[in-house]
Amino acid sequence: MDKLKKLTKMKLFLPVFCMFLVLCVNMIYDASTGKPFYSFFQVGITNGLLSGRLVNILNRGSEVAILAIGMTLVVSASAGTDISVGSVMALCAAVCCRLLAGAAAPKATELAVPLIVGVLAAIGMGCICGAFNGGLVAYLGIQPMVATLILWTAARAIGLLVCDNLIVYVRNDTFGMIGGFVGFFPTPIIIAAVCILVVSIVLKKSAMGMYVQSVGINKSASRIAGLNSKRMIFICYLLCGVCAAIAGVVAASRITSADSNNIGLNLELDAILAVAIGGNSLGGGKFNLAGSIIGAYTIQAITTTMYNMGVSSAVAPVFKAVVVIIIVAIQAPPVKAFFRKRSAKRASLKSGKEAAAA
Amino acid sequence: MKKILAIALALAMVLSLGAIAFAAEEPIYVGFAQVGHESDWRTASTQSAQDVFSAENGYELSFVDADNDSAVQLDAIRNFIQQGMDYIIVDPIVETGWDAVLTECEDAGIPVIVIDRTITDSDKFDAWVGSDFMVEGLACGEWLKAYAEAKGIEEINALVIEGSTGAGATIGRTDGFKEIADREGWTILDSQCGDFTEAGGQEVMESYCQSYAGQFNVVICQNDNEAAGAMTAMDQAGITYGVGGDVILVSFDANRWALQNVLDGKWNADFECNPMAAPTVDEIIKAMEAGEDYEAEVYVPESWFVAEDDVTSIEVNGEEQEVVVLTQEIVDARPY
Repeated sequence: MDKLKKLTKMKLFLPVFCMFLVLCVNMIYDASTGKPFYSFFQVGITNGLLSGRLVNILNRGSEVAILAIGMTLVVSASAGTDISVGSVMALCAAVCCRLLAGAAAPKATELAVPLIVGVLAAIGMGCICGAFNGGLVAYLGIQPMVATLILWTAARAIGLLVCDNLIVYVRNDTFGMIGGFVGFFPTPIIIAAVCILVVSIVLKKSAMGMYVQSVGINKSASRIAGLNSKRMIFICYLLCGVCAAIAGVVAASRITSADSNNIGLNLELDAILAVAIGGNSLGGGKFNLAGSIIGAYTIQAITTTMYNMGVSSAVAPVFKAVVVIIIVAIQAPPVKAFFRKRSAKRASLKSGKEAAAA
Repeated sequence: MKKILAIALALAMVLSLGAIAFAAEEPIYVGFAQVGHESDWRTASTQSAQDVFSAENGYELSFVDADNDSAVQLDAIRNFIQQGMDYIIVDPIVETGWDAVLTECEDAGIPVIVIDRTITDSDKFDAWVGSDFMVEGLACGEWLKAYAEAKGIEEINALVIEGSTGAGATIGRTDGFKEIADREGWTILDSQCGDFTEAGGQEVMESYCQSYAGQFNVVICQNDNEAAGAMTAMDQAGITYGVGGDVILVSFDANRWALQNVLDGKWNADFECNPMAAPTVDEIIKAMEAGEDYEAEVYVPESWFVAEDDVTSIEVNGEEQEVVVLTQEIVDARPY
């Protein structure tokens, strides 16, 4: 009993519980349709490649997970969201593909420049976008929503300009590997894992995590305490831009083309939702990176569940909305307080009874 | 005094402008409010209008790209009215909310020709030119039936990757194919939305490969991009498709690169959605100019392209239609 209580008090309990709930729905569904109840969780090798629903969730959720890293930092430091990440993804993908295609654009099969040049150029573009957002928010004091609104509208359009309004295809296996498979293992999972590891090690081993939170909790107090608050916020936006660039390259590589109109479309909303589902306050301050990552994969788990259950595409958004409402409501402070009160009452009742018995 | 002078000057300018216009042979002024530039198909549609309504053909085209913003499109049409266009062509971004602006056009006496997409809440336009998506879906079903018979395939288990939910093309192609499927007693295992994108088609197909492994033998993609995504997913799952494969892969739209896939035998068939509405609009305008009768609803001619020559004609809605077996010349001659 005490162990259970300890578990429910853990910070990550609710996000993990929500994800578990979503997965449970699949178990019940599969069992009710006569399939073995574990069929959703089956992982195997088909055609020499790792496959299975769980692999799909981890694989397809990579972009949102990568975006969620940057978004968590931005939310924590500036109490605002970066709504430009989806558009920045499209722009970085366009820059990457345009360079790789070279003169053969819009339809190339050979890489015009080494792959690493294209990827670095995309990351460079992400840095520029992140620095632009960060500069506006940190040094000019513009509200994050307004500051990032500029690139939200402009970045996708610039991406289209870069590609001459066309989809630029780079039908090349080397480039396709980033969004495909290394050996038998899906590459996006590895890329997301590396990003998460690097950022969490930096946050844990250096004081950066603490600095970001302290700036988010009270900017002026942090400045007086000797922190360069503005630079901290700037760095967070910069990192968010880099994350968007990496996610953009992965998304482009999946379809071996830069589809500026569709890459990262509405993904900024998923990234923000991931942060919220992860139990983080959008009001800034304390954050929990692991929660956001779990949130990102939960969103993908919902999508995969819809596919598994064959929910018709017309009503799928409604189901998605209902699930999200439930998840967010479970984590709302009044609901949490209600459960805490109830368990406290029960505990006091119990101890009262014990006292009476004694 | 200054004011009067200014007015007089302005009047003189307007008059001289008019004089210049009268001096040259009067072209037909056409305003075209295009949806945007989101796909190769749309670019081809724009190009077709710019080619047909050229100065050599006696037209003066004002082209506005609304970039998928319906407010911009409405503004564009009001500008056309003010500029006194002779004809207005519009590819409506949204189906509704048109009555007010179309009434203004009517009051100004400017005929409106709607192309491609439809307007549902007003009938104050003079003609509509576009694709019959329902017939595209029916043709797909009829061809599949004939093809299955020719190949001796007895059971059809189809998976459909739909386009964007609610789009006219999605509804027509879904309904058309379903009508034939119901008639022939085929099984449609699942039908999910791929949003007309390659990434969408890939993700849906990836899921299909797990849900229905070994159960399906037909995949219907409602546009070329989705079919390209489905190819990648099936490659990864080790499923063979196209000519000689386990799965019949069919697509809609027929872009040049897509037809190359059909010619290479990777896809079995591609059903055209013709973006070249402008020549038909040109005919209608000529008829209006001459005061002749014209058809108020015209479907642009469309072709069905296939990889193999087992089926050369199909009967759609009781009408015999040719099926085009692709050659390299046809693919190379494709304008988009």
